[in-house]
Amino acid sequence: MIFELLDSEIITLNINGEDRKVAVKPSDILLYTLRNSFGLTGPKPGCENGDCGACTVLVNDLPVKSCLMLTVEAIGKKILTVEGLKDAPIQKAFVEEYGFQCGYCTSGFLMVCHSLSKFHPEADDSIIQEWLQSNICRCTGYEEISIAVKSILNKSKK
Amino acid sequence: MMIPFEFEYYKPDTVEEAVEIYKRIYSSGKKVIYYGGGTEFISMARMNNMYADAVIDIKQIDECNEYQINDNVLTIGSATTLTKISELNQFPLLGLTVSRIADHTIQDKITLAGNILGSIIYKEAVLPLLVSDSEIILTGPSGTRNISLNKVFDKKLLLKDGEMLVKVNIDKRYLNLPYSHVKRTKNEKIDYPLITMVAIKDDNRLKIAFSGLCDYPFRSQNMEDVLNNPDITSEERIAKAIEKVPGNILNNISGSTEYRKFVLGLMLEEVFERLEVVQ
Repeated sequence: MIFELLDSEIITLNINGEDRKVAVKPSDILLYTLRNSFGLTGPKPGCENGDCGACTVLVNDLPVKSCLMLTVEAIGKKILTVEGLKDAPIQKAFVEEYGFQCGYCTSGFLMVCHSLSKFHPEADDSIIQEWLQSNICRCTGYEEISIAVKSILNKSKK
Repeated sequence: MMIPFEFEYYKPDTVEEAVEIYKRIYSSGKKVIYYGGGTEFISMARMNNMYADAVIDIKQIDECNEYQINDNVLTIGSATTLTKISELNQFPLLGLTVSRIADHTIQDKITLAGNILGSIIYKEAVLPLLVSDSEIILTGPSGTRNISLNKVFDKKLLLKDGEMLVKVNIDKRYLNLPYSHVKRTKNEKIDYPLITMVAIKDDNRLKIAFSGLCDYPFRSQNMEDVLNNPDITSEERIAKAIEKVPGNILNNISGSTEYRKFVLGLMLEEVFERLEVVQ
């Protein structure tokens, strides 16, 4: 059956493990639905062009830049924002390894690192670099972020 | 920043439904586009550089998500993401090429058709398909065409009104030929190419295609003839090939024309050595 969204309608999104209803238009962007309709301000607007990664959320466990996704595309998928991490190991690792400075990029990096740790618990440096290159930290805290993610990968190996 | 106009969103299950929707909306005088990953549409629409009254999302269509290999052919659906192509990696040259487009996160959103049919000039995913003489399947209001990509790709894919790219067939014999992929950027690893070059060695003949050299990707028979000419030295082949670039070589902030020619020469030397073109 052809799915159509022609105007503003109420749809259901699965966000952080809960089904939530929201009125959206076809032109609505996931980033702003999360922030403005649900008050989930963890995903940050940065470049709004898919370059910086500050708006990264997980969709079906994989990182997605929510500034480049229509809200309607997320129907039937599992959306995870930083608010849904709930004391995941990567959050503790960022604190312990000083993985943030100003903090604006942090939620995006946390989501990428969290997903990486699930998909590649044995990730080597090249995989870590490949995944982290999707995000930008203008405080240039890359070294500490890299150490933080490696610390949870090491733990998962043990 | 929001998208500053409204549009209708359709998500059909079949190619036929997609084309029917296109015909209906187009005939009412509205602008309609097929929608894959949507990364270009969203970023350009937001800046008012692209407009549509309706988008037809093709990601739910089985044929457009196909990725299968049979006795003779690898088939890749047009809505297959770059991530899936590089992970399944039945065609390593294509896998490597798409793994160097944009960044890891966005590769899971960009589709094969999105990269080839976008307005961006680089379209690097098309290069391995050009050198492997791939066949493409196009469906539109006037029917379905199975056609050689090289016949319908001239600076861009030449689609008829309302046609959509459904899938690509790559002859199995091309999948594991000796290959080379070189991408040079101005500074960062993740960037648009200064020049991207892909090549395969097929029956001792070099087949080669470029992006970033002109303002469109291309495979040039004239350049290939010169590069494969056994009667002249490799240095002469490279010098003559550079003369035969089929358009104006880009001259912009990423690199001047002269610099691109210099880099191209080095890249051709590299591919000769890597693929042992000249003994």
